[in-house]
Amino acid sequence: MNPMRDPVLRPAITLGIAVGVFGVSFGVLASGDADLPIATTCALSLFVFTGASQFAAVSVIAEGGTAAAALGPALLLGLRHIGYGLSLDRTLRRSLPYRLLAAQFLIDESTAMATAQDDPEQGTRAFWAAGLSVFVFWNLGTLIGAIFGSVLGEPETLGLDAIFPAAFLALLVPLLRGPDARVAAVSGAVIALVLVPLTPAGVPILAGAAGALIGAWVGRRRRGRSSP
Amino acid sequence: MTWLAVGVLAVGSYLLKASGLVALRGRRIPPMLDHVLSLLPAALFGALILVSTVGGDRALVLDARLAGLAAAAFALWRRAGFVVVVLSAAVVTALVRAIA
Repeated sequence: MNPMRDPVLRPAITLGIAVGVFGVSFGVLASGDADLPIATTCALSLFVFTGASQFAAVSVIAEGGTAAAALGPALLLGLRHIGYGLSLDRTLRRSLPYRLLAAQFLIDESTAMATAQDDPEQGTRAFWAAGLSVFVFWNLGTLIGAIFGSVLGEPETLGLDAIFPAAFLALLVPLLRGPDARVAAVSGAVIALVLVPLTPAGVPILAGAAGALIGAWVGRRRRGRSSP
Repeated sequence: MTWLAVGVLAVGSYLLKASGLVALRGRRIPPMLDHVLSLLPAALFGALILVSTVGGDRALVLDARLAGLAAAAFALWRRAGFVVVVLSAAVVTALVRAIA
């Protein structure tokens, strides 16, 4: 059977390739701009395997922050996976070891593709197809980017440091569907703006997480007014 | 970034992924907490964009990265793909630095 005609494999492979290109930019930034060894860069993609957290950690390192300061924002970004796991509870209704293995492949793409299927069997297939495809291409891309990044010249001359805000903006835009998310994003940015001159690297991003509380609070007040 | 830090990040990320699939099985989290959790990425990306654009060593630094972010925003507005977005940011930033 031609995998490119399969309703699950085709989008999974397409997603994987797109994420692989994203992986190249991660590799370039980690080894080029944050100056991490190629082995460390590849280990992050293999074992952490969640792009947003990896980008966040590496951006703190590139700003001159300590590894400890890099962990907070990265782990906070990972909190969304708790919600992903809960939403897949009915799809991946299997044994404990099976779930523990599946957990490593629980990412944005596999969750989205699995929850989009009506049938749990097809949902399980979509989960593994997307998870494994993204895993292979993300790590391949990271390796290529890490090799490339370590031989490139000064990252600032090439404008590579500007890839960070561009990547974060590209990740943010699809999240801005509701008004609460927009309030959360702007609040997070304002908190960070105030704290950058006052605190060590990593702290402004961590504190920016409070923007989620502000977004939820403002949203609740707005809904309280419109439906008394 | 030490191997210890990589290990902590890997184990921490894995535990977060596994917790929803395993530890919270059957239980429900309050809707308000669920809503706050769903808004966390937006808040963090807002802060990350700010810090990676104007963040310096305990100072706000206005430099060519701002032009790069503007280029990325324009590319996103024109519905460009991820690669075009990050490349336009890098190219515009490099050009502004070369001219300045």
